[in-house]
Amino acid sequence: MKFISLSALLTLMMLEMSHAQAELTVYESFDDFEHLLHSDDDKIHVINFWATWCKPCIEELPYFEELNASEDNIEVILVSLDFKNQIETKLKPFLERQKLQSDIVVLTDTKYNNWLDKVSDEWSGAIPATYIYRGKASVFREEDFKSVEEIESIINSIKI
Amino acid sequence: MRQFFILSFLVGCFLSVQLHAEINPGNGYKVGDKAADFSLKSVDGQMVSLSDYKDAKGYIVVFTCNTCPFSVKYEDRINEMHQKYADAGYPVIAINPNDPSIKTGDSYDAMKIRAEEKGFDFPYVFDEGQKVFPVYGATKTPHVYILDQDMIVKYIGAIDDNPGDAEMVDMNYVDNAIASIQKGVNPDPASTKAIGCSIKYKKS
Repeated sequence: MKFISLSALLTLMMLEMSHAQAELTVYESFDDFEHLLHSDDDKIHVINFWATWCKPCIEELPYFEELNASEDNIEVILVSLDFKNQIETKLKPFLERQKLQSDIVVLTDTKYNNWLDKVSDEWSGAIPATYIYRGKASVFREEDFKSVEEIESIINSIKI
Repeated sequence: MRQFFILSFLVGCFLSVQLHAEINPGNGYKVGDKAADFSLKSVDGQMVSLSDYKDAKGYIVVFTCNTCPFSVKYEDRINEMHQKYADAGYPVIAINPNDPSIKTGDSYDAMKIRAEEKGFDFPYVFDEGQKVFPVYGATKTPHVYILDQDMIVKYIGAIDDNPGDAEMVDMNYVDNAIASIQKGVNPDPASTKAIGCSIKYKKS
């Protein structure tokens, strides 16, 4: 009996681990990532660029989490720009602690000059930065948000 | 009429408060603009201006700081850049633009410690009161401005194309820009983009 419950526990733990790993897609090239900026559905896509080393980014994550939970029609993707060699050491432990519910992907393409403009030509490269779009309508912001209402008011500007 | 005056006065007050309170780094220099000189205190206590360098053929102005991981990754490279180019007439001047009341690790005292630890050969100056970075239009650290002898901005952007690994750099933008200035041609690329830490200032 003990054996069975132990196996069950182990299986559960493994499922949990595989679940956590399945959530984390790592894009080594921007070209592979780019489709996330062009979903052609009716949803509002909120793409937030952040990193564990960026304090203002961490501080605004709860607002994106709140937003993600609030409406079915809003899809939040948190794009980590953490360094490739810190995914295991910094990013994964952070994600385990925070238990974030939004989708999380990692983009490790450091040829920044080749792709920053493809997100927005308004982007100088500072993070946090957020790109919000629905269909062809979009808005970009290179600054942190201080509340979920602030994100919502920007979203309202593209709700046509 | 009197009401009009009162109204104008109030509008005037409002505008001046707005102008005073807002730091807007979005509208700084573009390539081709003439850069303003500054006088900022370096970690050795001396005030540093571009005009101090009488024989300069150009200037490498780097907005950087102690705390940003990207800046930290570039510290050795900035030091090497200075060793490589100062004698050729292109000194590095590194400016910390952050408000230490937001980022305590970027205080003047912390700068002194970091400069000592890393053996910075170049002046590492503090943008006290944050008057300089908005004029240049720097938004992040590191953010490089290369000026020619006449303080015309020739290049704005990243140091090279691989922040993570100096050994794996394909293109060193600073080397390219300096070589172009030495040849008397405009650098190509004249501006580049890279990820960095936002410059920390109080928002109104």
